[in-house]
Order: sequence, then C-alpha cells, then structure tokens
Amino acid sequence: MIFAEKARRAGSVVMALGLSLTALPRAAFAQAAEAAAEATAAATEAAGNAAAKAGSYVPMKPVPGIGQPIDGAYGFQEQFSPNGHYALWMHNAILMPIITIISLFVLGLLMWVAYRYRTAKNPVASRTSHNTLIEVIWTLVPVLILVGIAIPSISLLAKQYKPAPENALTIKATGNQWFWTYGYPDNGGFEVISNMLPDEEAVKRGEPAKLGVDNRLVLPVGEPIRLQTTGADVIHSFAVPSLWFKLDAVPGRINEKVLFIEKPGVYYGQCSELCGARHGYMPIAIEALPRDKFNAWVLAQGGELDHQPKPAAAPAAAAAPAAAATEAATAEAAATESAAPAA
Amino acid sequence: MATTAETFQAHGDAHDHAHDHDHKPAFFARWFMSTNHKDIGTLYLIFAIFAGIIGGAVSGLMRLELEQPGIQYLTLWATWFDGKPAEMNTALHLWNVLITAHGLIMVFFMVMPAIIGGFGNWFVPIMIGAPDMAFPRMNNISFWLTVAGFCSLMFSAFVPGDTTGLGAGIGWTAYAPLSTYGSSGPAVDFAIFSLHLAGAGSIMGAINFITTILNMRAPGMTLHKMPLFVWSVLVTAFLLLLALPVLAAAITMLITDRNFGTTFFDASGGGDPVLYQHLFWFFGHPEVYIMILPGFGIISQIISTFSKKPVFGYLGMAYAMVAIGVVGFIVWAHHMYTTGLSVNTKMYFTAATMVIAVPTGIKIFSWIATMWGGSLSFKAPMVWAIGFIFLFTVGGVTGVVLSNGGIDDNLQDTYYVVAHFHYVLSLGAVTSLFAGFYYWFPKMSGKMYSELLAHIHFWVFFVGVNLIFFPMHFLGAQGMPRRYPDYPAAYEHWNHVATDGYKIMAVSVLIFFINIAYAFIAGKKAEDNYWGEGATTLEWTLSSPPPFHQFETLPVIEDAHHH
Repeated sequence: MIFAEKARRAGSVVMALGLSLTALPRAAFAQAAEAAAEATAAATEAAGNAAAKAGSYVPMKPVPGIGQPIDGAYGFQEQFSPNGHYALWMHNAILMPIITIISLFVLGLLMWVAYRYRTAKNPVASRTSHNTLIEVIWTLVPVLILVGIAIPSISLLAKQYKPAPENALTIKATGNQWFWTYGYPDNGGFEVISNMLPDEEAVKRGEPAKLGVDNRLVLPVGEPIRLQTTGADVIHSFAVPSLWFKLDAVPGRINEKVLFIEKPGVYYGQCSELCGARHGYMPIAIEALPRDKFNAWVLAQGGELDHQPKPAAAPAAAAAPAAAATEAATAEAAATESAAPAA
Repeated sequence: MATTAETFQAHGDAHDHAHDHDHKPAFFARWFMSTNHKDIGTLYLIFAIFAGIIGGAVSGLMRLELEQPGIQYLTLWATWFDGKPAEMNTALHLWNVLITAHGLIMVFFMVMPAIIGGFGNWFVPIMIGAPDMAFPRMNNISFWLTVAGFCSLMFSAFVPGDTTGLGAGIGWTAYAPLSTYGSSGPAVDFAIFSLHLAGAGSIMGAINFITTILNMRAPGMTLHKMPLFVWSVLVTAFLLLLALPVLAAAITMLITDRNFGTTFFDASGGGDPVLYQHLFWFFGHPEVYIMILPGFGIISQIISTFSKKPVFGYLGMAYAMVAIGVVGFIVWAHHMYTTGLSVNTKMYFTAATMVIAVPTGIKIFSWIATMWGGSLSFKAPMVWAIGFIFLFTVGGVTGVVLSNGGIDDNLQDTYYVVAHFHYVLSLGAVTSLFAGFYYWFPKMSGKMYSELLAHIHFWVFFVGVNLIFFPMHFLGAQGMPRRYPDYPAAYEHWNHVATDGYKIMAVSVLIFFINIAYAFIAGKKAEDNYWGEGATTLEWTLSSPPPFHQFETLPVIEDAHHH
C-alpha cells in the first residue's frame, strides 16, 4: 500500500536538522541591531544599487490575486507547489466536507430535539439514560472518520519531509529583527538583505503595501530547493501561504525543508512568529525565475554558478536511497555552517 | 444514573433556613480574611468580572486598531501612555503589550478564576454535601495570590519592557529568546512573576479541591454519584496540579536566563529556545482543558435540569472527561508543528491529537441524547447551554483540521488558529460561564434576573461573537498572521466585519450588566429551587442564598436510583 510505504520511508529519514552550537545569538543580536539600523537607513539606496547591479534583471511585476491574499476571499490562496496542491486537496475535498457535515449534523440534531421535545409538545420526560448500542456507535464512528482523515494526513507529512536530492540548491534564510537575509552558499555565498518597502514606494512599484520588499528572495522554478532557516536574534518564522510553506527560524538551530515552486512568479509571505515591535513589518517576497534567468541574476549579484542546475527530471532524484540523501544533506549542512557538529 | 431527585434528597436540617440566625463576620473580616467557600467564590467572581472588563477592553482597542489597514490609534495611545511623543516602534511595541495583556488576563485572571475559583468554590462543597472546602485558609490565600498576580501584571505595564517602550510585549506564551535577551526591561520580570503568583494560587486551589472531593463527600455520595460538575472540577484540579509546576519551572528558567546568567534557552550557552516551547506547551495544552472542562460540567448540569432528565450516559460523560484530561498531556507539540520537529514526531502528535476528538464527540452526543426524550424548557441557562454545544462543535472541528501537521503548516500562527481557540474558549468557555451565571446567580444572590434581558443578551452576544470570529477563519486561510497590528489591504474586508462584530458583542455585555443591576435593584426574591423538578443536585435543597454555613448536619444521600 502506497501509504504504508511512504510512512515507512519517511520514518526512516533522519532529518538533516543540525543543532548548531556555533551560533552566538547574543553577539549576533547586537550586530543585527546595528545592521538593522544601517539597513533601514540605506533601504532606498540599497534598492537602487541592487537594480544597477542586477543589470538586465528587472524585478517581476506581481500578478494581483497570485501569490498574495485576495480581499474578502473565503479559502486558501492558490497553490504553486506539489505539496501545496495535495494539502489544499486534502483540506477542500476531505476536511471541509467532513467538518461541515458534522457541524450541520449537530446543529440539525439540536434544532430537532429543541422542536420535538419542548415542554408544550412533550410534557413528560422519559427517564432513559443508557443505550449501550448508541454509545458504542458514537464512539466508533468518529474513530473511523479520524482514521479516514489520518491516512492522507500522514501521507502529506511524508511528502513534506521527503529530503531534497543531494545536488539540490541550498538557500539559507535568516530572520533578523526586523528583516530577512538570504544566503546563497552554493553560488559563492553572497547574501541578499531584504527590507519591507515603505507603503508609498510599494504602491509606486506596483506591489501590495506591507508585502513588497526592496530585494526579493530570487529562486529557480521547477526544481527542489533545500531551504534552511535560522534566527539571528529571536525566533522568526519563514512563511509563504501560496507555497504551503512555513518553517520557524530559531536562533542556534538550522531548520530545513524542501521548497518546490512550479511556476515563475512573485509569492509573498510574512513573518509568522512574534519577534518584537516590527514583527508585522518584515514580509517575505519570493521571485521565482526559470533557471537561465535565475543564473543571470546570480551572476549579476556577483555570484558563481558552481551549483550545476539539474534538468527537469530533478524530482526523480528524490527517490534515491533516503539514507544516502540524508548523509549528503547532513554533510552539506555541516559544510555550509562552517563545521557545526550536526546533531 | 445518580442525579435524580430521590438520590439527592437531603436529610437533616439543611432545610431549616439556618442562615437567619447565621453569625457573619464584620465587613473586613468577612471579605478580606474570608475562610468561607461561598464568600471566596463570590470574591473570585467579582474579581473575574473586573479582570474580564479590562481584558475585554484591551481586545476592543485591538479590534479598533485592526478595523482598517495602517496604524490609526497606536501612536496616539502610546503617546498618551508613555507621556511623550511616541516613535513608531514604541507604538508597535504597545501592540505587543496589548496582545500579551489580553491573553494573560483572559486565561489566568478571567476564565480560570471565574470557572474554577468562582463556580468551583461556590458549588463543589454544596454539591457533595460538605460544609466547606477542606482547607479554608488556604482557599483564602489562593484567592489573594491571584489578585497579587494580577497586580504584578498590571504593574508591568508601567515599567520598561524593552528599549522601545513600556510593558511586556512577549505574547502570552512568552517564547524565549524574545522573553529573555530579546526584552531587556523589568516589565517582563513582573509579567513572569505574575504567572508565578497566579500559578501558586491555582496549585493550592487544586490541592484544596482534590482533598475536598476525595474526603468530604456526604454519606452515600460515592464518586459515581457525584454531579458531573464536581467530576469536571476534580479532573481539572488534577490537570492543574500536574501542569502548573511545569509552567512554574519553565518561567523560573526564563527568570534565571534573564537575570542570573543561565542559558537554558540560549543556544550560545548550550541551551535551546525550543526547549522552552516544549515545557510551555506541556503546561499549555492541559491549560486549555483546564479552562473548558468545568464548562463541560456546568453544561451537563444545565442540560439535565432543563430536560428534566438525568444526564445520558453518566459514566461515559465522567470518564470522557478523565480521558480528555489524560490525553491532553500527550499532545502538546501540536502547538509546535513548524518549529522543526522530525517527521515521526509530527506524525505521532497528529494522530494523538485527533484522538481527543473521540471523548469530545461522546460529550456532545451525550448532551443531545440527554435532551432527546426530555421535556425541554428554554430558560436562559438552557439557551446559553445549547448555544455552547453548537459553538463548541464548530471550534472542535476546526481543531481537527489543525491537528493535521501537514495542513497546519499553512495555518500555524495565522488568524485561523485565533478563530479556532476563540471558538472553544471565548465562545465555548465564556458561553458556559454565562450559562452557569444565569443558572446559579439567583442561588448565589437570592435575586432573580430578567429572563427577557438574559435572552436578549444571548442573541446579541451570539451574533456578535460569530461576526468577530467566523471571518477570522477566512483571514487565516488567506494567510494573515496573528499578532499583527497592521496588514496588507487585502485583509481589510473581514477585519472590518470582525470589528463590527466586536461592537455588537460589546452591546451584549452592557445588557448583561444592566441585567445584574436589575436583579439587585428590582429582582424578585429567588425561591429555594427556582428551576423546579429538573434541578436535583444538593444546592437546590438549600435556601437562596444558602446559609452562611450549610450542612452543619451532613445530608445523607439515599441509594435509591434506577438504572
């Protein structure tokens, strides 16, 4: 059975979740505060520089309603990752019908008993206080429903934890009070500092206020990306609703999860762990580009292309023996983190 | 089932209205040095109402600021509060102070004091036929420690929280390192200390309840004949006794990390910030059952009374609460799905969390089965109880959605979570509090309230809270993170609706207070058993209000019941 196999495979995976003891959050905290002040002051200037450096790179225009919230909407944002599609399917096709039916069933029962057994209609109450059969039924039926939910749920978790292939691009997102820095260790190790745009500037650039940033996290589409998060000062959380992605950025830890973006576009998110005064003002903006354009952007940033892109068949590589992939991931994480003892 | 009129027929002189000759202490001794469980219960209720007004007003400020995108009021309030022109960061820090205050006040100083301290103190001894609590003086210090804790929390708002402003802006969860080196000011120490005080009070209260229930039941009142409200308080007391020391340890470690150079939660010294979250939620998850279980008990009493039927499946109901209490201790990390848990851990906590839906379902269906075949009268407490069942169901099913670790990845820390826990707490626990208040207020005060106003209160409240919290599901699904004072324009519509809902809810609270005032000024005198034949527990054998000391001769519970 597919589910069992997946669960077993996932179960055997040791996460390359290295608990790095090398980070010195206290020192980083002071530095980060300095960096923040600097970064804020130079926000506009930096944006200009980046544009100049990027050369041919022109920030992509976001499409309204794609990768960002829609006013008055009821459901989830449209999804642009395979796991996002699966999770959204599970929510819309399994969970929503079940919880709606249960809620309406309880409401219906309440209204029926309220009508049928009101004093005027039923002046003498029965003394029934037991019925073993019905008690067994209302214990077992919920159990069966929950088992029905648990099967796709465990399967979703297994998918989400499938490790990235050995040669996947590694990106490191670091949460700072109150901005993000994005490291590209596979591309020469350059860093992008990402600050929220002031409202007027965002509007001028055609971006939603409170979501637009000066420098986006630029990523390639169509390949698995090993996204690692950590916090420089306090805990932050890297979240992008349209990619069904959320991972805490914890100081002293490296968290890792695979990100796979299906289509080029701009995908917005916001910090999702309380991190101090400007918690609401450190958005995330991903710009997903085709590989060639991504490479051009890397070069324009002064980065290198030592990371060789994999062809579109990349996802198949994930099927490689889990142990090997994990080993490699651990080794790589350790390497990028300058010799942290991987836990 | 045990809760029948015959079963609880009290004997002895409980009926003789001894209170006419009661010797009550003078004002100061009675209310400040009280050892009487009913007086202490009254103090808890007054305190909880007072704290609830403050906590509710704070949420009003929050909803006002969130009515539209941008910062409308925070700068103004921060300027007024700090006494000097506020910078943007100071205004934003004030927001974090507000969310922290709202959470801590509502959990520790409103719901818990009201439902356990208030109704628990008032009715547990009476329902088991005891003259008072086992440790009356400890009961008194439990209450005053809670007050002291509240004062410490209030005081924290007037000292610096961090470099940007006054007050503790760490969230009610006080996650390290934001609560350690992330917030340098003494406000955080005072906020943490307030939890120490309130926690110590609650632990003593728990010991008191357990001792009272296990040792002071009247002759014939076996455990399996106890009213379900007493069962609920017994389970809750065990949860408090086992969970609160873990919180105390965790926040003590916060204090030493902050002030004495330890690094329990600091990676640079070999600690781990995520350890704090494990400790906090090991307490925090049982805590949510601490808030709702006594509500379950109240609802069981009310549904049975107004159906004129014994509770359906009494043993199932009692042990469902025990099961919820036990399982509640092994599901804590579902609050931490995005912290980097391993896949096996996440699978386990997904499955374990879902299990809780089973005993909860048993309770919901047993309440409906209690009503089935009954002769229902829709007095105010019954209307509130039926409202509770529906609202709690809605909050419960979104809990099943959130229990899925893979789904939660997109919902964690969004307004969907805010909607979920307000449906089970603000619409669940608080609705059960109002239900209990309308059920027992005439018993406690001796005055009847206006039935009409109580119904109006329900419907206005029902519309208001649903308007506040239902749209939050939509906001959360669209990705709006919680604890945000400001948001992209695309979240405006539902935020606006939620704020309108708050205004309606505020009107309902006004109606509630008018009703209380009406009861005291013009309310009819309450009879001993104003609910009639359906009300069979021991408090209905006493006068309204009961004598200062009841059951000086213990009632004997007859073993006459019909299975």
